[in-house]
Amino acid sequence: MTTLEQTTEDILQLAAKHFKVPRAELDPTDDFFKKLGINSLQALDLLTRIEQHFHIELPDYELQGVSDFRTLAERIQSRL
Amino acid sequence: MRSFQGETLSWRVNEGTIELLLDRAPCNEIGSATLGELEKFAAALESLQTDAHALIISSARAGGFCAGADLRELYERSQELRAAERAPAVRDFLERIHRVMNALDSAPLTTIAAVHGVTFGGGFELALTSDLIIADKMARFCFPELRLGLIPGFGGIPRLKRDVGNAVVRDLLLTGRSINATKAQSVGLVSQVTAEGDALRVAHATAAQIGKFESETAIAAKRFIKPIPREELRREIEIFCELFTRPAVEAGLRKFVESTDALPYLP
Repeated sequence: MTTLEQTTEDILQLAAKHFKVPRAELDPTDDFFKKLGINSLQALDLLTRIEQHFHIELPDYELQGVSDFRTLAERIQSRL
Repeated sequence: MRSFQGETLSWRVNEGTIELLLDRAPCNEIGSATLGELEKFAAALESLQTDAHALIISSARAGGFCAGADLRELYERSQELRAAERAPAVRDFLERIHRVMNALDSAPLTTIAAVHGVTFGGGFELALTSDLIIADKMARFCFPELRLGLIPGFGGIPRLKRDVGNAVVRDLLLTGRSINATKAQSVGLVSQVTAEGDALRVAHATAAQIGKFESETAIAAKRFIKPIPREELRREIEIFCELFTRPAVEAGLRKFVESTDALPYLP
């Protein structure tokens, strides 16, 4: 069983790798739009990478109002 | 015209394959300029296909295949017109784009959409005219029209219904959510999923394979397995036009055009 902490860490590593930000600069409570400086297209890109990594479907309406990594991890946890 | 270089797209015939390349910033939004050039392509298709067995439609834009209708142009043109003129204007646009989509759908050669990234709304509808959709693993598909108070208007619903089951049609249409390429393949929308950046190469390999077969047989097979849902396509235009003049649509378009949100596609 994957824990919330593991899921959060996986997301942080995915984001760091694909948006070329040092992992050490990312915190679970960060607003990922601001921290990564991403637009809507890049947010969709992140969503696709998350779905592929966790082998889940995450409807984008479930991300409405979600902007920090930990809450995103909670949404993912509910699909694992 | 054997080849064409326009403002929004280009085409050429290369080794028996017609290559139609969409290239309009930011993500191939379909407005009057793209429609005009698509009409030129549809008119040229009959002569082009005498030397070709396949058509590949792809995008030169990094963001994706096509983000759909040009909503900014739609909103701005609509604002320039009196209320009574809006429905006839949108109907004219829909009639024209439907003629293009129907020409692509019924073209006797085998058609392949090589898609990546955003394949939304009218872009998804364009891909659905193709016989095969070959998708980069990062492609996403979506019908966001209900978020604007509309339905897809470029033939999307009848063509989606032709290809997949009701559960998928309703899910995509009624929730407006996007799905990735793997999901799209699992429900029967996408023929092949490729590595990032490989959709066009795989489309060419597929076109080369198709070229090995006798074209008369391929044409007969296509006619048999891919009927054009003409009656439903007509009905779609009627419903779209009925919905378009409502104040909710104008408000939805304005909200979209003026949005500075990070995720403008979400309601």
